[in-house]
Order: sequence, then C-alpha cells, then structure tokens
Amino acid sequence: MSLPLVLVAAAALFSVGLYGALSQQVVVMVMMGLELMINGVILAAAGFWWFLAPAPDGQVLLLVVIAAMTVEMALGFAVATLLHRSQQTDMTDMAKELSE
Amino acid sequence: MLTTVIFAALALIAVAAGIVVFRTDSMARATYALAVSFVAVGAMMLQFGLDYIGVVTILMMVMEMAIMAIFMVMFMGMNPALMPMDMVHNKRGSLLIAGGVFVVLAAGALLVPWPARRGAPAVDLTASLGEAIMGNKMLVMLTVSPVLFATLVSAVVLANPRGRYRDYPPPLAAPGDAAGGTDHGGTGSDGGTAPHDHGHHGGGH
Repeated sequence: MSLPLVLVAAAALFSVGLYGALSQQVVVMVMMGLELMINGVILAAAGFWWFLAPAPDGQVLLLVVIAAMTVEMALGFAVATLLHRSQQTDMTDMAKELSE
Repeated sequence: MLTTVIFAALALIAVAAGIVVFRTDSMARATYALAVSFVAVGAMMLQFGLDYIGVVTILMMVMEMAIMAIFMVMFMGMNPALMPMDMVHNKRGSLLIAGGVFVVLAAGALLVPWPARRGAPAVDLTASLGEAIMGNKMLVMLTVSPVLFATLVSAVVLANPRGRYRDYPPPLAAPGDAAGGTDHGGTGSDGGTAPHDHGHHGGGH
C-alpha cells in the first residue's frame, strides 16, 4: 500500500462521480455523482494524512469533509423536494428558469 | 503485501460500484451500489487505522443511502428498470471531461515526488481525535455546528409546502365560501394562488 495507489483510486472515484454529476438529468442522480466525488476526496485526504503527516489534527479535516457531505445531502434533498413541489419535475433540464 | 492486495481489491470494488451507479437502470440498485462504494472506502479507512472515521463513514452512508432510495422512488415519475431509457445529457462531453480529469489526477499522483512521512500516528487514534476536537481544533467544531444547524433550518424552510412567504395559520374562510379553508391555506397573502401549483411565485422574483 502506497500513497500513489491510494491517490489513483481516489482519482478514479472522483472522475466517475464527475461523469455522473455532469451527465445525469435526474437531480437525485446528480447528487449521487457529487457524493462519489466527495467519497474520492475523503479517500485522498485519508491517504495524505496516513502517508505524509499522521498527526492527530489531520483527522479533523476528514470530519469536516464528512460534515460537508452531510450538508450537501440535506440541502440537495430539500431542493429536490422544492423542485418537485413547484415544477412537478425531477430533471435538471426543466429547472432552468433561474438562468433565463 | 497482504494489505496492498486487500486495499487494491477494496479500491476495485469501490470504483466498480461507482460505475454501476450510473450504468444500472434500477434506481434501487444504483443506491445500493453507491452504498457498497462507501462501505469499501470506509473499510479502506479502517486499513489506515482510522477506526472512528471509518465506522462513522460506513454507518452514516448506509443510513443515507436508505433515505436516498426512498427519495428516488418518491420523485422518479417512472421506473427506468421497467421502461429503459437514457436519462443522460451530453454523455460524450461528460466522458471526455471525466477521463481527462482522471488522467491529470492520476499523472499527478504517480509523477509528483511525495515527501517522506513526518511524525508517527498516535497509539490510540480515536482518543487523539477526541483530544484534537476538544483542544486546539475546537474552533473547527464550533464552526461546523452552526453550519449544520443552519442546514437544518434552511432544509426545512426549502421543503416546507407553505413556502417562504405564506401566512400561518391560514386565514379562516369567509362564511359561505365552500372552497375556502380546505386547501391548506389557498387564500394566502399573495392573492390566493394555490400553494401546490405555484409555490415558487411567492418569492425570489
């Protein structure tokens, strides 16, 4: 087990998530893509911490990333609910009025 | 050597499950695949000795995916598993961008001369994390707490069927108004639009 191996795995997770976040049309599927991207970030952060500077403080960064993921999920679900309620849709393409 | 093999297997499982999320037609399977991916990453954390964070990741993500499955079933107008369809846009461009990002990140991971390890992990990592949170990194937790609270409040405000600008409780219907008072406060402050059809008219414009 080495740092480059961990980082390549994290990069693969991040890229798969990026593909999903860019290509999916359903809001919840876009959120799944974002989750996968954060999953990769968590893995990379853990790898950096373990292989470069395993001080106790570094673990706090991981907690912050996990908290950010929780916030993303909660607000994502709230926005999905709002979108469904006001527009009767779950697709990103039908929620473009803010850009018009 | 054994740890490397286990790590590589877990990494393969995590990435393969991540790919399955966007390949399968069934929403439930996509959610479970994402849960598998998170469990694999949580197991990798355990390999780093991060017992607390690894277990938290696994527990939190399994619960979160259970909730997500409910949302998927609730909001999807149709079931793609029964009626296969392409729910993607700009697939080619997305693949190119994602592939390019992977190549750049992987090249960085493999080509950068990473420095040697500095310091050694504490004997009890969970205890040291607790001491860090309650000691010199307390400000981080003091910042995260209000952020989580603000998230709770804003999620409730966003998902509220009444919207942001409606009266509560709804005004009483006038005597003789048969339709009034039965539709969750349809005679609101913005001129009586029905809240379920035009909830977004209340604010933002």
